[in-house]
Amino acid sequence: MTEQITEKQEYNITVYTENQIGLLNRIAIIFTRRKINIDSLNTSPSEVDSIHRFNIVITETEEVVRKVCRQIEKQVEVLKVYYHTNADVIWQEMALYKVSTDVIAEKVSVERLLRENGARAVVIRKDYTIFETTGHREETDALVAILQPYGLIEFVRSARIAIIKDSDGFNRKLREFERLEPGEDVMENEYLGQGQKVFSM
Amino acid sequence: METTQEITIDTPKKETVEVSGSVALLEALIAEGVETIFGYPGGAIMPIYDALYDYKEKLEHILVRHEQGGIHAGQGYARTSGKVGVVFATSGPGATNLITGLADAQIDSTPLVCITGQVFAHLLGTDAFQETDVINITTPVTKWNYQVTDAREIPEAIAKAFYIAKSGRPGPVLIDITKNAQIQKFDFEGYVKCKHIRSYKPKPVVRHQYIEQAAELINQAKKPFILFGQGVLLGSAEQEFKAFVEKSGIPAAWTVLGAGAIPTDHPLNVGMLGMHGNYGPNVLTNECDVLIAIGMRFDDRVTGRLDKYAKQAQVVHLDIDPAEIDKNVKSTVPVWGDCKETLPLLTALVDEKQHTEWLAKFNEYTRQEVEAVIEKELNPTTEEMTMGEVIKQLNDLTLGEAVIVTDVGQHQMVACRYAKFNKTRSNVTSGGLGTMGFALPAAIGAKFGTPDREVVAIIGDGGFQMTCQELGTIMQSGINVKIIILNNRFLGMVRQWQELFNEKRYSFVDIQSPNFVTLASAYGIPGKTINNRTDLPGALKEMLANKGSFLLEVMVTKENNVFPMVPQGCSVSEIRLK
Repeated sequence: MTEQITEKQEYNITVYTENQIGLLNRIAIIFTRRKINIDSLNTSPSEVDSIHRFNIVITETEEVVRKVCRQIEKQVEVLKVYYHTNADVIWQEMALYKVSTDVIAEKVSVERLLRENGARAVVIRKDYTIFETTGHREETDALVAILQPYGLIEFVRSARIAIIKDSDGFNRKLREFERLEPGEDVMENEYLGQGQKVFSM
Repeated sequence: METTQEITIDTPKKETVEVSGSVALLEALIAEGVETIFGYPGGAIMPIYDALYDYKEKLEHILVRHEQGGIHAGQGYARTSGKVGVVFATSGPGATNLITGLADAQIDSTPLVCITGQVFAHLLGTDAFQETDVINITTPVTKWNYQVTDAREIPEAIAKAFYIAKSGRPGPVLIDITKNAQIQKFDFEGYVKCKHIRSYKPKPVVRHQYIEQAAELINQAKKPFILFGQGVLLGSAEQEFKAFVEKSGIPAAWTVLGAGAIPTDHPLNVGMLGMHGNYGPNVLTNECDVLIAIGMRFDDRVTGRLDKYAKQAQVVHLDIDPAEIDKNVKSTVPVWGDCKETLPLLTALVDEKQHTEWLAKFNEYTRQEVEAVIEKELNPTTEEMTMGEVIKQLNDLTLGEAVIVTDVGQHQMVACRYAKFNKTRSNVTSGGLGTMGFALPAAIGAKFGTPDREVVAIIGDGGFQMTCQELGTIMQSGINVKIIILNNRFLGMVRQWQELFNEKRYSFVDIQSPNFVTLASAYGIPGKTINNRTDLPGALKEMLANKGSFLLEVMVTKENNVFPMVPQGCSVSEIRLK
C-alpha cells in the first residue's frame, strides 16, 4: 500500500459534465456535506461541444479529495473527474482593477508599476481606467497592494482555470463514452497504469 | 441492444397519437412493466390522477394515508419484488413528505421512481400555492432527479428514470412534472426504453488482474472470512455467492441488509455482523487474515471503531460502486464490478477447501454466546416474555419462509438476530437510515411485491405510532399483513443506551400507547393482546391462520437489553455479552 499524503494542500479538481440544470448544486453539496469550503469554482463549456468543464479548487488531504472525486464521478451526468496538485497543472486567474485616470496621469510611478506587473489597460475613460492582469493569486494580490495607496476604486478576480499538464483533452475520450459498450479506456481503474499520477476511475 | 431504424421515402411516417403528458406518463409506466403505484393525489398532480381514472384496469393504485407511507410502501415493494417501486405525490407538502423515504432508499440502495406534481411552469419561483423547490430539496437524497416542464420530455425522462433507478447501484429517482406539462397535448411517438446514457456507467468492465490477485490472496489464507451485504441480493447473485462460499469453504457473516442471501441454517453462515451482531463474527474480524467483503459498505454500525478494525487483515472488496472502495476500509485488492459477474470468475480460481479449525472457532464463540445471551433470550425462565422468544416461536410456525418486515430499535435487532430466513429478499428493514415508522407501510408494499408469501411486520410500540395511519391503507386495499407489536412500553433502544451510558437517566423514553387492538378494530382489523407466555403459541397460530390482516400485541419485559453489543467508539473485538 502506498503512503498516503496526509497534509492538506490545494487540489485542482477537473470535472467534465453534461450541461444540465441542477448539476452545479448536485456537485456543490458533495463538498458542503463534508463541510469543505470551495476556494474557487469555474464552470464553462469545454473544447468538446455540449460538454462542460468545472475547475474546482479546495484545500484538503489527498484521501479526502479522492473520496470526494469518486462521489462526484458517481453522479449520473458527470463524465469524468480528475484531481491534481498545483504542480501538475498550469493555472491562471484573471483580475480587473479600476483606478482613477487622474491619478495615473499625475503619477508616472503608477504607470511604471502597472507595466512592471504586466497589467494591460482594458478601458480608459476620463474618470477611471480599468486594468487587467492574469496570473497566480500572489501576483494579482501584489498589484492590489501596490494600487491601494493610489486609490484603487474597485477590484475583482475570476475563479481559477487550470490546464492539466499530462492530459490529452477530452475529444477522444468522449467518443468512447458514446459507445453502448464502453471500452476499458473509459472504465479506467486508478489502480492500473498511471494510477498514482492521475486520478481516474 | 441497439435498434436500427431504416427510413426510406416510401415508408409512411411513424404513427403518432396525440396524447396528454399524463397519458404519456401512464403509458410509459406500463411499458416499464409497472403494475402497482403507491400514491396520494393533490392539486398539482390532478391531471395525472384524472388520466389514471381510465387506466384502473392496467395500473393498480394503492391510496395510502400519508406520502411517507406511500414511499415506504414503494420501498417494501421494491425490496421483495426486485422491481422498481413507483410512488405518486403532489407538489409542496406531498413532495416534502417523501423526503424521509427518499433518504432511506438512497442509503439502502432501493430502486424507486417517484413522480411529483408541480405548479404550472409559469408560476415556478413565485411562491405559488403548494410550490416547493422539490428538485433542490431532493438532490442530496436521490440518485437522479429531473423537472419536466414540457410534455414532450416525459417519455425520455421516464425512460431515463427507470434505467437509472435499477441499474448499477440502485437508488431513488424523482421526476417533478409541472401541471402544464401534465395537461399539454403532444404527438406521442411511442415509448423507447433507455439503455445508455453516455455520462453514466452503471457497470464497470471487470478487470481480470484483480480477480487473479484476489484468488491468490484467498488461496493463501489460513483464516479467511467473508462479509456479505445487500449487494448480493441487489445483483441477484445468491446462487453465485453460495457457489463461492461452498467451494472456498470460508465462513461468511452478513450485514443486516444482506440477511437471507444464503439461508440462516447454512453451515458456513456464521451469523450477523455489527453492533448487535453475533459474538464470533465480531471478535474474529480482528483475527482473520483475509477479509472478503462482498456488496457491503463497511457502515460504522458494522465496523465499530475504524482504526481498530481488521488491521491485521488483507482486504478484498467486491463492490459495484467505486465510491465505496477504500471509503471506510482500505482494500488490498479492489474487485470493482457486479458481483454476479465477478463472483463466478473468483469461484473458478479459488481452491476447494474446508477451514475446519477456523470454522470451529466461530462455533466456539457461538457456544459462548448461546450460553450467555441466546438461551436466556429464546428460552427465558423469567416471568415476563422476551422479544427473542416471540421471534423463535414465529420461526417454528413460518419455518423461515415468511417475509419479515421490521421497524427500528430493539425489536429490529432481535428480529434480525433470531429470525430464520430460508429465502432471499425476506428481510425488509430500514438499515442505513434507521427510519422509525418504516415497517407498517413497508409491509404493505412488501405484500404487494410478493403476494404469495406470508408477510409479518414486527414493530415496536414507538415506531408503530409513527405511521399507524397506514392501517387505513390495509383496510381499504384489503391485503393480508400480519402485525406483531412487541410492546415494552419504552423507546427501548434509547432506553438501553441511557441505562448503559447515561446512568439510567431515562430522558423521554417512557412512551404511552393507545389500545392497539381497539385501534386496529376501528379499521376492521382483528387483533389480540397477550401478556402470558402460555398464550403465545396459540396467539401466533391464530394470527397466521387468520385469512386477512391481524394485529398481535405482545407485552414483553420492559427493561431488557439487546446483547451482544459493540459500544459506540469501541472496537468490534470489545463486543460485550452483557
